[in-house]
This record gives sequence, structure tokens and C-alpha cells, in this order.
Amino acid sequence: MATTPNAATPTEFTATPRSFLRRWTGGDEIAHLVTLIAAATILLIAVLLVYQLWVLSAEARAKFGWSFFVTKTWDPVAGDFGALPFIYGTLVTSAVALLIAVPLGVGAAIFLAELATPKLSASLTFVSDLLAAVPSVIYGLLGVFLLVPIMRTTIQPALKKSLGFLPLFQGPSYGIGFLTAGIVLAIMIVPFVLSVSREVLLAVPRDQREAALALGATKWESTWKVVVPAARIGIFGSVFLALARALGETMAVTMVIGNNPKVAASLFSPGYSIAAVLANEFSEATGNLYLSALIELGLVLFLLTFVLNGLARLLIVVTTARGSGVLPT
Amino acid sequence: MSVRLMWRKSLNVAMLSLTGVCVLITVSVLFFILGYLVYNGGKDLSWNFFTRLPAPVGEAGGGMANAILGSMKLLLLAALFGVPIGLLGGVYLAEFGGRTVPFVVRYTADLLNGVPSIVIGIFAYALVVMPMHHFSTLAGGFALGIMVIPTVLRNTESFLTDVPRSLREGAFAMGANKWKMVATVVLPAASRGILTGVLLALARVAGETAPLLFTAFGNRFWSPGWNQPTSSLPVVIYTYATGPYEDWHRQAWAAGLVLLGLVLITNILVRAFLTRGTAYERT
Repeated sequence: MATTPNAATPTEFTATPRSFLRRWTGGDEIAHLVTLIAAATILLIAVLLVYQLWVLSAEARAKFGWSFFVTKTWDPVAGDFGALPFIYGTLVTSAVALLIAVPLGVGAAIFLAELATPKLSASLTFVSDLLAAVPSVIYGLLGVFLLVPIMRTTIQPALKKSLGFLPLFQGPSYGIGFLTAGIVLAIMIVPFVLSVSREVLLAVPRDQREAALALGATKWESTWKVVVPAARIGIFGSVFLALARALGETMAVTMVIGNNPKVAASLFSPGYSIAAVLANEFSEATGNLYLSALIELGLVLFLLTFVLNGLARLLIVVTTARGSGVLPT
Repeated sequence: MSVRLMWRKSLNVAMLSLTGVCVLITVSVLFFILGYLVYNGGKDLSWNFFTRLPAPVGEAGGGMANAILGSMKLLLLAALFGVPIGLLGGVYLAEFGGRTVPFVVRYTADLLNGVPSIVIGIFAYALVVMPMHHFSTLAGGFALGIMVIPTVLRNTESFLTDVPRSLREGAFAMGANKWKMVATVVLPAASRGILTGVLLALARVAGETAPLLFTAFGNRFWSPGWNQPTSSLPVVIYTYATGPYEDWHRQAWAAGLVLLGLVLITNILVRAFLTRGTAYERT
């Protein structure tokens, strides 16, 4: 079996060096090493990613410092860069998306976890998973040609008429803008809220429900006052996960947000997001400072999603671990 | 029945139906998207669409053959780069790892999975495009490959750990050493799951646009070799949808239909394949 010349030495039954050699030629150590290298590559990629973002944004960081985050001007010609409109747009669209997607996703998750038969629940979850697999550029396509006209002619005028006293719903209806981007994002992140929420709801032990029902609670009361609070932390986790998705979502937002670096109170106003400005300007950025400012935006985006994802995972692990034994596969 | 009880009962019915409505809305979105794409894109799908190059602006006709081929090349590169690392890394996590290293790797992979695709694009730009000084298929494939790794890794790991202990012990009892046990018993037993994981990961990156914008860039012509900028379906959809020409818009719908069709069919087939009974009893 051992074919390497130096391995098959005839000296017999000696100490450790030889048994190490045998293991080596037997292949275990090689297999271990090869797989370890693959695993280490992942760490290397992550480290390199952070390193590159940090180093390449050095010029912008040195020049603008913290004021980068509170400056409104974005003027590539004058070499004046401020990230505020992009951060604002990213946060506003994500907030709109969460306001719509969280009730929808959690509501649907309650139905799938508490009411639907296992078979129905499984098939509907499958549809939701497919929805999560739809490429974002497809959402953008429908956003541009379908949602934007509807927003312009129907939804925005209607909102203006009913809620126009709020500064949020004032100004001309362009169709594109924060609200439209938020709605597209909401549709995109519902599947994430749904699938994770459903899992954590299913992880709540059955006797909790039965105890509530035995005390005379209605099905809704047992769900809302017992099951949902028990799964609360995991649901927060799903929300963070969805938020991280929404923050980093690029194409659909780029196509409907209006691409105008503006900080406006009105949700009807065209805006910009971090991911969108990267998508639009990165390939044609001229000059090191411009590129460096864009990469700093990328760094900001990376850090935001990094923190949110880390937090989300922690919360989800905490809740599913608590409902021990009933973990869904 | 007291008023209070009636209130509680009607609240029960109202809220529970509302959750049903939530499901209905969510689920109907998929069918709506699909239907709308078929309606808008179906009529522009023709043989030319798959075999011709894009026509010059303003001229009717033309196709997206270069984008389709470009997407395939990018996916091939992504698979060549991402799958071995993900697969072997997964084997490490499930079979060889101790305690701390796998934890760190797993956590890193999950975080990497959550990194916005546009940031992955920046990374590939910095690592491949900047040293080479031009956009290329290679850079795009690299970006997509990075996005494939975490999914393949976690999937492989979870399917490997699902392989029952008795199989491993059987292999050991027959005198196999560890890597033989892994290579000839555990991996084959989990192969179906691993394969589906790989396909799902590739289907996911097949629709990615953002990381390609400044790595593979785009190209209105064929892209010979691996060193030139290349067109790809998602990027073409984006360019055409946001472009000013009516003809482009129609082509974008058709391309959207093709892309969505491919992604959904892969997903459905893969999942059907996965649930159609496994080589061993899963708990």
C-alpha cells in the first residue's frame, strides 16, 4: 500500500516518528491537511476582504475623517465626497422595507407554523424559498416597468390625499424614490423573515401551546401571548437578518430609487443608497480619491451588515437552542 | 355567551384569517412575477434570441447569445474555484475539525454569506481587476466563486454530519483508515445532498448582477478566452431595462424570463431530487 520509498522502511515497531510517517503515508494526515487548507482559505478570504477594503479606502479616510459620514455633498469633479445621502437612503429604504415585511412575514410564519397542516406548510415554505431565489435584477425589472408607473399614477396620489399632512408624503409623485425602493425591498426580504420566523416558532415546545389552550385561551391567544413571546428573540434575529439583506441589496434598489444623492424628508423624493452608488459609479470612477471614497462606502456597508448578521445569528441560535429537541430540520 | 367571550372569539377568527392573508400575499407574489414575465417576455423569445449577437442600437432583432455563453463561462469558473474549496472545507468541518477551528470557520462562512454581493464585487475588483488593469471573465468568475463557497461549505458539512455513525463504524471495522472511510463511505452516502447544495449555490449566483458590474463588466460582442470583459444575462437585463430604447426593454423582459426560468427550474428539480428518498434514513 505504502509506495513512497522512505516510508516503507523495514525497521519494525519503533517509536512515534515512524507511526507518524505511517499515518502520513496512509493518507489521513494528507487528507487532514488538504481539507484544512480549504477551510483556512475561507478565513483568508474574509481577512483579505477586510484588509483590502481598509487599505484601499485609506486615502478617503485620511482626507475626510469622520466628517465623511455627515457631509451631504457628493461632487466627484471637485473631489468632495460625503456619505450622508447614501447612508440616509440606505437606512430609509430599509426602514420602509422592514415596516412592511416584518408584519407580513411574521403573520405568514404564524399561519405556517400554527395553523397549516405540515404538508401545506412545507409546500408553502417551498414557494417562499423559491421567492428568495428570484434574482434581484428580476425584482428590479418588475419594479421599473410595473411598480413605478402604479406608484406614480395611483399609490402616491392616494397617499398624498389621505396622509398628505405628514411631511413623509409630500412633494411631486415621480414614481421612483425611497418609498418605491422600500416596497421592492420589502417584497424581497419577506421570504427571509418568513422562513426563519417559522423555524423559531416551530421550535417552541408543544406543551406551551397545550398549556395555554388548556387554560381556556383561544388559538390566537395561545399563539400571540405564549408562542410568539417565547420565540421573540429568534424573530428579532430574523428581522436583523432581513435588515442585513435589505441594506446590501443592490440591483432592485438601484433601478427604482432614482439615483439622486439627496437627503429629503419625503418618501416620494428620489434618493440614493450605498449599494446603488457603488453599482452606478464604481466602474467609471476616475482618480484615486473618488475610488477610495467609493470603497469607504463599501466598507461602511460591509461593517453594517457584518454587525447585523452576527447579531442575528446569535439571537437565532439562542432561541432555537432553548426549544431543545424539537428543532426542525 | 358573554360579550367578552364573543370579542375573544371574533378576535381569534379575525387575526388567524389575517395571517392567512399574509401567506396568500407572499405566495401570490411568486406566481405574479412568473406570470407577468411570461406575459411580457414570452412573445420576444425566439430562436434568434439564443443564437444571435445583440443588434446595433436602433435596429430591431438580435439576440443574447453572447450573454448566455458569458453567464455559462462565469458559472463554470465560479464552480471551478468555489466548489472545491467549499467541499473540502465542509469535509474538514464535519470530519477532521476539532472544536475551535471549525467554529471560527463556520462563523466566518456565515458572515461571508451575508456580505452584500456588491462588496464582493469590490473585493474581486481589488484582487483581480486592479492587478490586471482590465475587466475580465476571470474576475467575474472569481467574484461569483467566492459567493458559492459559504453555501457549499455549510451544505456539505450538514449533509456529512447527517450520515449515520453506524456507516462510519462499519467502514472502520472493515479496516479502512479515516480518509478512506470519508472518501468511499461517507461522501458517497451524502453525495446527493452535496450535489444539490452545489447546484442551488450556482443557481443563486447565476442571477447575481452586482458583483459582475465591475468585474466581468459587459460586452456587446463575443468574449474570446477568459481574459476579456464578458456579457452576462443579469447584467444585460439591468443595462437593457434601464436603457432608453423600447427594443431593449422587450429584450430585457425576454432575458428576464430566461434567467428566472433557469433559476426556478434548477431550484424545483434540485429540491424534488433531494426529497425523493435518501440513501439512508435521515432523522
